[in-house]
Amino acid sequence: MKKHSLVQNKFEVPGTLIVVEGIDGSGKSTQIKLLEKWLRFEGMPVFLTEWNSSDMVKEITSKGKKKGKLTPTTFSLLHATDFADRYERNILPLLRAGYIVLADRYVYTAYARDIVRGCSPKWIQQVYDYARKPDLTFYFRVPIDVAIERILTGRPKLKYYEAGMDMNLSNDPYESYRIFQSRVINQYESMIESEGFIIIDGTSGIEEQQQIVRDHFKSAIRRNPHHPQLKELRKRNNSMEISA
Amino acid sequence: MLELIQKARRLTTTTRNSSPSRSTISTSTTILKSINPKQLSYYGEGISYLEDKEMKGRLIVIEGPDSSGRSTQITMITSKLEADGHAVLNTGLRRSELIGAGILEAKRNFVLGKRTLSLFYAADVADQLENKIVPALRSGYIVLADRYIFTLLARDAVRGINRRWSHNLFGFAIKPDLVFYLDVDPSELMHRVFQKNLSLDYYESGADLGLSEDMLDSFLRYQGMIAKEFLRMQKQYGLIPINGNRSITEINMDLQNRIDNFLSTV
Repeated sequence: MKKHSLVQNKFEVPGTLIVVEGIDGSGKSTQIKLLEKWLRFEGMPVFLTEWNSSDMVKEITSKGKKKGKLTPTTFSLLHATDFADRYERNILPLLRAGYIVLADRYVYTAYARDIVRGCSPKWIQQVYDYARKPDLTFYFRVPIDVAIERILTGRPKLKYYEAGMDMNLSNDPYESYRIFQSRVINQYESMIESEGFIIIDGTSGIEEQQQIVRDHFKSAIRRNPHHPQLKELRKRNNSMEISA
Repeated sequence: MLELIQKARRLTTTTRNSSPSRSTISTSTTILKSINPKQLSYYGEGISYLEDKEMKGRLIVIEGPDSSGRSTQITMITSKLEADGHAVLNTGLRRSELIGAGILEAKRNFVLGKRTLSLFYAADVADQLENKIVPALRSGYIVLADRYIFTLLARDAVRGINRRWSHNLFGFAIKPDLVFYLDVDPSELMHRVFQKNLSLDYYESGADLGLSEDMLDSFLRYQGMIAKEFLRMQKQYGLIPINGNRSITEINMDLQNRIDNFLSTV
């Protein structure tokens, strides 16, 4: 039986939403930043938003996080709050204004991590069901060892929640991290088909990956019926020639 | 037995404001009644990783607008329940260690989106549920909550958030055993607010909704909208409306009677 997509679009927007997903160390942030730099260089109206980055939410939750004792439900809701703040403040208004919004992690991160932490999959889906389905979602696939090596290089210690220590998987933070991340990978893999992820081999060359990302981006933009409006916005930004 | 309880209630209500002359109670020979364990249930998906679902205590909620007399009633009911030998835990919105203070701060310093605020409150409820309420219920406490999810559901609904979404969001919330709603006419409420504060609260007046340029007009309209939402929720969630236009003593007798009756059946 074919699974239904977790998010749907109830109305059209002129903007384009591009998402990268994958575990820490998969190379997704490098790629979305390169995409952002290129689009800026081309004079496109672009906005990059990162997971768990709302200052307002961070300020309020940092005290609580230090105290430990975050249960999976609370942990999930704090990330949902962060997402809602960015969604209401930036993502949706900018999409409606015709921007290209780039998201370093999106609702799929919540599905993957919170389900691994033991929250009900149906509940997570309900909490995020107001979010738009991205026009493109790139999933960066890497073997767990590669990702872990990238993450641990030059980093002395893993943080408590980052290592998934709250789940009592192992007393060793590194072992805990490995188990946690491989479960997150399993969750991502299970979403590929229903969510239409575009798989990027995170072990291939950086330029090679970027080429694939840009190619997909170009065809997505061409498919967008509001493409002319984007041209106008771009003209407003600068008067460079359009080559997309 | 019931007579004794009623006698005890009369004693507590009449001695409420006088000096603590409770010597009469110690002469009574009431046998303290314990509560039978029950399985907790949820409004939705629940907390799937919570394994031990047996609750020895009970959750009682009092909802109602600001200045409806909730906290006064909770103080009185707490004293009476403790006098009857029950361990009581008081809880309420924004009282989580994690973010209780944070929400107030955020409301002061930032313009929060409606969904963001809604999720913040949900995180506050979740934190209190798992770290305070569930442990207390497991060990046999009567948890008296000064507001629960219903105030949040009502606020969300009048701000245009899809009711289904809010209901699902609180799918992790456990179902209370009793929920009372102190129903006070907005015009009566207005006088109580002024007696207490001499000014109207921004959010409690729904000023963020832009209902009216006149603050009092906005307050009356907003409270009317909230009351309507509570009316709508009565059937769905089994809320018990309590006429809050009466005196403190009258409301207390009504509430205490209902609570005592409930506890005598569990």
